[in-house]
This record gives sequence, C-alpha cells and structure tokens, in this order.
Amino acid sequence: MAQAAIELIGINKSFGAVRANRDINLEIVRGTIHGIVGENGAGKSTLMSILYGFYQADSGEIRVGGQPASIKTPNDAIALGIGMVHQHFMLVDNFTVLENVILGAESDALLKRSITKARSELERLEREYGLEVDPDAIIEELPVGLQQRVEILKALYRGAEILILDEPTGVLTPAEADHLFRILKQLKEQGKTIVLITHKLREIMAITDTVSVMRQGTMVATRETRKTTVEELAELMVGRRVLLRVEKGEAEAGDVKLAVKNLTVKDSRGVTMVDDISFDVRAGEIVGIAGVAGNGQSEMLEAISGIRRAVSGSVMLDGKPIDLTGAADPGELRDRGLAHVPEDRHHVGLVLAFEENENSILGYHDDERYLKGPFLDIDAIRNDARDKITKYDIRPADCRLKTANFSGGNQQKIVLAREMEQDPGVLIVGQPTRGVDVGAIEFIHKRLIAMRDQGKAVLVVSVELDEIRSLSDRILVMFAGRIVGERGPEATEGELGLLMAGVERQEAAE
Amino acid sequence: MSAPYAKLPAWADYGLIPVINLAVAFVVAGFVVLLVGENPFRAAAVLVEGAFGRGQGIAFTLFYATTFIFSGLSVAVAAHCGLFNIGGEGQGYIAGLGIGVVCLAFDSVLPWWLTFPLAIIAAAAMGALWALIPAYLQAKRGSHIVITTIMFNFIAASVMVYALVGFLKPANSMAPQTRTFLEGAQLPKLNWVIELFGAKIRSAPFNISFLLALAMAFLVWVLIWRTRLGYEMRTYGHSSKAARYAGISEARIIIIAMMISGALAGMMALNPTMGDQHNVALEFVSGAGFVGIAVALMGRLHPVGIVLAAILFGMLYQGGAELAFEMPAISRDMIVIIQGLVILFAGALEHMFRPYVQALFASLSPRSVGMEAIKGKGA
Ligand SMILES: Nc1ncnc2c1ncn2[C@@H]1O[C@H](COP(=O)(O)OP(=O)(O)OP(=O)(O)O)[C@@H](O)[C@H]1O
Ligand SMILES: [Mg+2]
Repeated sequence: MAQAAIELIGINKSFGAVRANRDINLEIVRGTIHGIVGENGAGKSTLMSILYGFYQADSGEIRVGGQPASIKTPNDAIALGIGMVHQHFMLVDNFTVLENVILGAESDALLKRSITKARSELERLEREYGLEVDPDAIIEELPVGLQQRVEILKALYRGAEILILDEPTGVLTPAEADHLFRILKQLKEQGKTIVLITHKLREIMAITDTVSVMRQGTMVATRETRKTTVEELAELMVGRRVLLRVEKGEAEAGDVKLAVKNLTVKDSRGVTMVDDISFDVRAGEIVGIAGVAGNGQSEMLEAISGIRRAVSGSVMLDGKPIDLTGAADPGELRDRGLAHVPEDRHHVGLVLAFEENENSILGYHDDERYLKGPFLDIDAIRNDARDKITKYDIRPADCRLKTANFSGGNQQKIVLAREMEQDPGVLIVGQPTRGVDVGAIEFIHKRLIAMRDQGKAVLVVSVELDEIRSLSDRILVMFAGRIVGERGPEATEGELGLLMAGVERQEAAE
Repeated sequence: MSAPYAKLPAWADYGLIPVINLAVAFVVAGFVVLLVGENPFRAAAVLVEGAFGRGQGIAFTLFYATTFIFSGLSVAVAAHCGLFNIGGEGQGYIAGLGIGVVCLAFDSVLPWWLTFPLAIIAAAAMGALWALIPAYLQAKRGSHIVITTIMFNFIAASVMVYALVGFLKPANSMAPQTRTFLEGAQLPKLNWVIELFGAKIRSAPFNISFLLALAMAFLVWVLIWRTRLGYEMRTYGHSSKAARYAGISEARIIIIAMMISGALAGMMALNPTMGDQHNVALEFVSGAGFVGIAVALMGRLHPVGIVLAAILFGMLYQGGAELAFEMPAISRDMIVIIQGLVILFAGALEHMFRPYVQALFASLSPRSVGMEAIKGKGA
C-alpha cells in the first residue's frame, strides 16, 4: 500500500551563489496528501519546478512510480502523470473553460471533434470529483476560485495522477478554500497523489497526511501530520520559537489622523463596490478591516490611496481635507504623510523587472534624498536600499538583484521597508502577509505594532481573520461595500464570522 | 513572466544571439543569391568589401549609420516608456521643414557653426511637435499611438509636398526642393578622420552630425538610466499600475517620452539635408525612420547596441549599393530583400533561436541557467 509515487534523491539546484535546493531527499506516498512548508525562499517552488520540468536539477535523481525519470520539460512531466496548478493561473482569459482545458492537448486537427470529445470527458471529470464549472463560461468572467478549478481540470484532463499545488489558497476566500479542500480529499479518495505547498499551517493540519519542512534549501524534517503541532512546524521552519500571535500592549489612541468621509466607489462596470462609508483612524491605533474578499475592501484602499477615482468622498489627512473624486494624486497623498502598502505587490507595489534598489524608491523617487538635480543619486539610492535590506533582513542581501528573483515574502518586505522607513503619519496596508511565511509574519506584525507605538495611525485590510484579530485595536467589518459593525479585539471568531457573512447586518447597521 | 526562457549569461544574450540571427539571415540571403545564379560567397565578399574595404565605403557606411542612430534612439526612448512610435519617418520628414526654413534664412548671414545649433533646435522642435499630437491623443483620448503615428506619417508627407512645391521652392524652379544651401548651412565633413588612417576618399557625405548622433546616444543612456524622468518612463513602460501608484502622471509621461522620441527622430533629418544634399527635397528620409525600428530592436533598446546595429545597417545600405553595381544579376530590389531578411531574423524573429541556445546552455552547464518561468509563482 505505502508505495512511493515520487522519490526525489539528492536534488541540488543553485542560482548563481544562491543554493536554492541542497541534497533534497523526499518520498511522496501514493494516494496521500503531502504538505510542504518552509520560509519564503526556502526553495519549495524551486523543488516543485524541478519536478515539473521547469528547471533542471544540477544533480540528483527523480523517480516516478519507482522508475528513474528524466524530466526536461513540463511535457515530460505531464507524460509521467504529473500535473501542476500554478498560483498565477496560466489560462487564456478570453477563451472558454473548455477551450482552455483542451489547449495544447487537442487530439485532432479539426477542433470540432476535439471539442465534442473533450466535452464528454470534462463532464465525467466534473461529476467524478465535484469540480463543477460551466464548460462554456469565459475565463475572465469567473471568480478566482473557479479559475483555479479549471487549472485542476486541465491537469486531470491530461491524465495527472500526481497533482502539485503551489500556494493554492493565497488568492481564495475562506469558503472557496474550503471547497478546494473538499475537492482535494475527493481526489485523494480516488487514489490521486497531491503535493500541497502552503504557508498556512492550519491548512496543513486540516488536510495533509504527511508534512515536510524545508529551511534554507534543505529538507529538515518530515512528519506525520497527526503527530505534529503547528508550534513544532513553525519552529522547524524558522529554526527558533515563533510567536504565532504577537504580544502588544494597550493602544494609546490620540487625535484623528485619517478620517474617511462618505466614500462611495464604483468599479469599471459601474457596480457600487463601496457604499458611502465613513470611519476614523487615530494616532497610535491599528484599525483592522475584516471581510470576505470582494466586499469592497480593495476598492476602498485604492480610493483612499488615490489610485482609483471615487464617486464621492474625501479623506482628512492630519486635519486637512483631500477630495477623492477629482484627480486625486497618490503622490500628493504620499507627500501629506500617507504611506500605502498595496494588496497587489506584483503589479502595483513593485516593478518586477527593476533591480531591488530601484524599487526601494518607487513613489519616493522625487525625494531630494535620492536626487542630484534631475539626476538619480545612484550611490544614495543603493546605500539606502542596503540599509533597508539589513534592517528588514531581506534575502538575498543584494540590492542589484532583479526584484522578480526574490521570493514572495522578501518582495513583501521590500515594499514594507520602503513604506515604513519613510516615517509616514498614516500607514495603510492591504493584505500585509499574503504569501508570507510564519517567521516573516511575526516580523511584519511586530513592525506594524511598533509603528503604532510610535504614534502612527495604521489601517490594515486583510482577509485573514486571525491576522485582523491579533493586530487590531478596533475591528471594522465590511460586507457588500458597507461597514456593518465595529468590534473590539476581544470579539470572537464566530461573532466576526457572522458579521462578515452579513447575517447581523440589520442589527449592526443601527 | 511566464515565457519558459532561461536566463543566459550577458555575453550570449547580447553577443551570441545577434550573431546567430545575423548568420542565419546571411545564409538565407545566400540562397536567394544562388537562385539568381550568382556566387553567394563572392556576393558577400563584395558587400563587406564595399562597406568596409576602402575609405570611401567606410565613410558612406558611417554616413548611413548616422541617420539610423537617430531613428533607432527615437524608437528606443518611446519603447522604454512602453510606447511604440512608428512615426519616426514622419517626424523626421516634417523636421525637414524646420531645417529648411532655418537654413534658407540664415545660410547667407551666419557661419555653419551658428546655423547648425539653430537647425538642431528647429529639427528637434518640429519632430517633437509632430509626436506631440499623437501623444496627446493617446494620453487624453486613448487613441492608439501606433495608429495615429502611422497616420501622421502620411500627413507629414502631404505637408512636405505642399511646402516643397510651394513656399520652400525658389520661385523660378520646377523641382520640388529648396535651393542649394550656401556654405553657412553646409556641415563640415569628417572624411579626414578616416583619411588619418591612410585611406583615400574621393568624396563622401560623412559629416559632423555623426558626432551629434554619438552624443545623443550617450544622452539617451543618461536619460533612461540616470535621471528621474527616465526612471518614471521605465516605471510606466513596465507597469502602468505601478506608475499610477508611484504618483507618476500617465498623460505627462506619455507626452514627454513621445516628444523626446520625436525630437530624436527629427534630428535624423540633419544628416541627409545639411550634411549631404545641401537642400531639402521630396522623400529625403527614404525609409530611415522605419529602419530605426529594426535598429532599436536589434540593439536591444540600449544606446550602445543601437550604435552597433546602426553601423550594421549602414553597411547593408552601402555594401548593398556596391553589390548592385558589381553584380548586375543582383538588382537593387534584391538588396532590399537581403536587408529585409536581416530585419526579419534580427528584429522580428529575434527570439527564434533563443530557446535552442538556452537548451544548449542548460545542458552544458545547468548552473548558469535559471529559468524565469515560474518566478514569482510561489510568491
Ligand atoms: N530564477 C532565479 N534566479 C535567481 N534566484 C532564484 C531564482 N528562482 C529562485 N531563486 C532564489 O532561490 C531561492 C528559493 O526560491 P523559491 O522560489 O524556491 O522559494 P519558496 O520556498 O518557493 O519561497 P516562497 O514561499 O516565498 O514562495 C530564493 O532565495 C530565490 O531568491
Ligand atoms: Mg514559492
């Protein structure tokens, strides 16, 4: 029964001086869900990319089903029954589900026949695994949860027996994540093997059979999930004890620093996403906005930071009003002391093609410190970047490295370092720890609390309820574009959950 | 991000791949030569000989290259800001109007070294102005810059016909061109520099605007990588969302980048007019604006690459002319085919051989190659 689906033996992989994988040995048992955890940059994605044929190992052996395998391209991996669901979906947005599923696997020169065949096959898969998606829906019109299902269908359609999921829940709402796990369990029951990479230790505990921990390129431990604990895993990952919930003293809230007034925002299709909300953030407090993703939080953040035009509303920054409906300029808000860590670090907060040091001035590039007249002061910029790298422990510590080559958690630290080191009066942060490992979460949370204790006003938006609860001094719950309730940090998860689901809406609106 | 391309060492990226592309272009061109019954090796020898063999050839090669440097830089500046300026041809052509007016007005009263700066300003201003309108339409109205700049090429052509058969033409002349400029608007030749190396030159139009082109290449490098404006342009070029976040005004950066691009395209008109023909005539740009696209692509949008690529294309122009002369079976049109092949392989199909080279490097030394494919995936 305990037969290995995949064995990795002595895998090594370096990128220049960075040893992303060293001497990795890993055995994945057929018909199980195998979790892989580890800090940002530990080499998890690299290892899976080797298995999927994106990278070639420098040395080492891969065995699939007991047989030595040579996997040079993703096609080789697919032929061996290995499928991968990427975190950033690789779907053609304006194709239908069906067209995406058969793309590259068309069985016939004439599309018509492929499609008929695919349709029945797809229907069978959907029935068998509870993966319902309308085959004729256009991808861009589907929510992310369903798009991910299409990725899974794509892999299964190509005959995947082994499915790799790299941080699949990072972009999902809690309900979508639950559904995904039901699907994964069903796949397991049908005998498929699943490799799951995630930073959320809770998910590991909930669904995996075995869990392996990576640290700085090495495989440090493999445990049976039911014989381990979250604390033990966190410690194995980071190499020291981790505070899963940071300690903080009482807030000493001062004057109102940021006041949002009557903010209404519509999306590009004219749907009202934020519906006339008002709230204050005081100096020395952290206000957390809780809510299921898609209830207007993103639009609210974008409007407050000047990226998106509001239909109505204004912000008072430090007592001075700024209209958000006109040509609100993020640069002006920034000059007035509003720093913004955006939710989408890949497309908004960073330019991935830039060197690290170039990103560490993004938005502050017109600051005198970084300029000599119209010229960039390259030395000043790089020294400044190096300081931040040291202070925020950004790895690898190379300010000339292309930003795309940093791992997700380190990219987040680059953004945080930039925004926090400007010493802003108000800091607004979207999803502070999305895709970030436990050690870095602890670090980021400590930093946010330190900002608060210095008397800054901090606004945090997160879909992670745990995070909101452990950080916030006041919690505002958003539902359908409105603030439906305010609670203190002692609010229970159940209570907040009900508010987030809009259940208590009537009473709370009073 | 998702292209499964490996990262190559810089020397392969910037050296090996262009050389392979060029070699393939020449092999295919060789077959074309074979087809018309000529010896491809002799043809290649004639081409290279014609371009670099004698001082005369070198001077002509560099003369052509001068124009291509300007037009290549023009394309590159816009491209760094994420804009595809196909209007270099028109921007260069309309600059002839400014040059014509300045030269006709001042060539009898000022020495060349005073006329030249005025003409530079006039050319840059006309080119920038011609780019401003499409840029404004893109920035404020969302009209696609590729479409509008192409249309402005046609408008420029019509305006120039109007000007050259009208007020720019001497009253009693039948030819649609200005009178010949006097010495005060003729640029000094640089042929003597080549003659320093012992080569002989009968007459060639290689002139001082080559130095201006090199200076501009340096300034473009400074602009893109060393100034705040260049930083903003690159930010916008990579991600308009990040630019918005950083407080960079979209309209402003599009307009500025296009005007700089247009100014550079305008300056390319100096070389054929003040440097060579000493007049402004119909069609004097003759496609150099479009060659700039290939030059910029081949030069990887980097000023050093652009200067080298411009010299290569200068060689094709000069050597090609020589070839058509030496081998009658190879007509002028054949030369255009060969140039087209180079553009095809070096520009349009730039990535054709890349995956193979990468696979080769990967198998030789897996260590040096890291695929960018799934970077950021796990983030
Ligand atoms: N193409 C590349 N070029 C250079 N370095 C790279 C490349 N890909 C990954 N690295 C480096 O290799 C190390 C491992 O990266 P990897 O993406 O595998 O980490 P990870 O464990 O998936 O992290 P995360 O949890 O943040 O996704 C990191 O230090 C990263 O910076
Ligand atoms: Mg990863």
